[in-house]
Amino acid sequence: MSNVLIVGELKNGELKKISKEITSAGRKIADALGGKVTALLIGSGVEKFAGDLGAVGADSVVTVNAGDFNAETWANLVAGVIKDKNPSVVLLPHTSQGKDYSPRVAVKAGAGIIADVVGLSVDGGKVVAKKPIYSGKAYGNFKVTSPVAIFTVRPNSQEVVQKAGAGAVEAASPAAGDAKVKIVSSDLSGGNKVQLAEASIIVSGGRGIKGPENWPVLQALADILGAALGASRAAVDAGWIPHSHQVGQTGKTVSPNCYIACGISGAIQHLAGMGSSKYIVAINKDGDAPIFKVATYGVVGDLFEVVPALTDEFKKVLG
Amino acid sequence: MKIIVLVKQVPDTETNIKVGDKSINEAGIKWIISPYDEFAIEEGLRLREKNGGEVIAVSLGPDRVQESLRQAYAMGADRAVQIKVDNYVPFDTTLTSELIANFAKSENADVIIGGRQSIDSDSSQVVVQVAEALGIAHIAFAVSLEISGTAVKSTKEVEGGTQVVETSLPVAITAQKGLNEPRYPNLKGLMAAKKKPIETKTPADLGNPTSKIEVVGLEPPPPRIPGRKLEAADAKGFAEQLVKALREEAKVI
Repeated sequence: MSNVLIVGELKNGELKKISKEITSAGRKIADALGGKVTALLIGSGVEKFAGDLGAVGADSVVTVNAGDFNAETWANLVAGVIKDKNPSVVLLPHTSQGKDYSPRVAVKAGAGIIADVVGLSVDGGKVVAKKPIYSGKAYGNFKVTSPVAIFTVRPNSQEVVQKAGAGAVEAASPAAGDAKVKIVSSDLSGGNKVQLAEASIIVSGGRGIKGPENWPVLQALADILGAALGASRAAVDAGWIPHSHQVGQTGKTVSPNCYIACGISGAIQHLAGMGSSKYIVAINKDGDAPIFKVATYGVVGDLFEVVPALTDEFKKVLG
Repeated sequence: MKIIVLVKQVPDTETNIKVGDKSINEAGIKWIISPYDEFAIEEGLRLREKNGGEVIAVSLGPDRVQESLRQAYAMGADRAVQIKVDNYVPFDTTLTSELIANFAKSENADVIIGGRQSIDSDSSQVVVQVAEALGIAHIAFAVSLEISGTAVKSTKEVEGGTQVVETSLPVAITAQKGLNEPRYPNLKGLMAAKKKPIETKTPADLGNPTSKIEVVGLEPPPPRIPGRKLEAADAKGFAEQLVKALREEAKVI
């Protein structure tokens, strides 16, 4: 039996889209291997999301009651459920949290792990995981040969497919253990904004925005689209916006459905971070800027005219 | 204080990558230290400057990685160790971690520090796996680090903000941009680095772990959706066309 375990993720008590994405991906794998999909949710009051995951393919949902995220204790909880359920495939989110605890899960489970996966298929009874390598300049296909195979999956890379599973809820209480790292304080002032690495639309600004006072021009467009605000290294290094907004090689790697690059020339280090976006819009005064080489739709024009016009036009159609 | 810094050698971002069947064609590639590992080296040196002890730079790979280790020497590392693997299964983070953890154990290291991810695989796995294998604490995405005695205090980046965390040695750290500004090696350092010894360890010296990954194959990136430049008389015209394209053609908004 080749069962699949997915581990969902929540934010501010809400289920994240990545949880549904990997449940659907897990369903596809389980169907090909002839197995069941179990979704694991950790947190308080998480039973209420069982239906949401059942609707996208979870046969059952294991809930574990726990407080705030801590990488060490969550790794213990996930490893405990793996031991109990004995899945052959485990899918975890390649998110900020996922990167923090997934390595510990892999070691605890004695499992091989492929991280930052964007494609999952089945060949000869084994999952083949596809991931971008060398900043997206190549793609690699890998199998995991250990009895448990773990994959961390890039947000926005998997489609959510409605497919009814039973979604039966089962509570579990694996040992959380003690954490050696104590959280003293948290500053989550940016926490309610749309998160860059998981956003399906990103509006991003570069040197062309000319100064920090001009972010509202882009933010207005981002707000109407429910998009995250990104920035190029040039804008971050100039001190116009914190590093947490940086997209690129020394910033975040993103794969949104739509990336709107405003006043970004498109240095190779920037392309390394956003090149796998599905659709790319480039708005730049310089028609020779390298960003136009990857842009699906290019606008050679002044962002201070085009972006507000775009915001107005979206306001009309999106209300 | 014994500090191990992990130095991964990766192709320079500007290098063209030619894809072979199961590995890339290395001819013509310019190799660099993965940028996040430079933050790790710098932090290791600062910890030693403040607390004393030694910084051991460790790199895993064929003999070409010695060049990166010499750069770590030039920046100020005290020792350099090559874990010599020639026919390596690329991106098998568990194998890498096991080798490094076994080395760190033999050195009884207090601090293990590496970049938050390498720019060739973006896996964000090795440092935290090493921590788990050694049964020690880890702090991922550190943007500040203070160690005094055995007490460790750090600010780490988390989704939507930052957290201040505390633990005690030994600890494994992943370096995020913002932790420091890496120093440049000077000419004197570069000259001296040429003569310094590089220790080598083989997988057999380090427990001979086996790989859990099979490379099925590499391929070039998928072709991009062909792009086009829009033509319009004014900003409003561009906006109308873009909205239409994104909603009716791409169907993403």
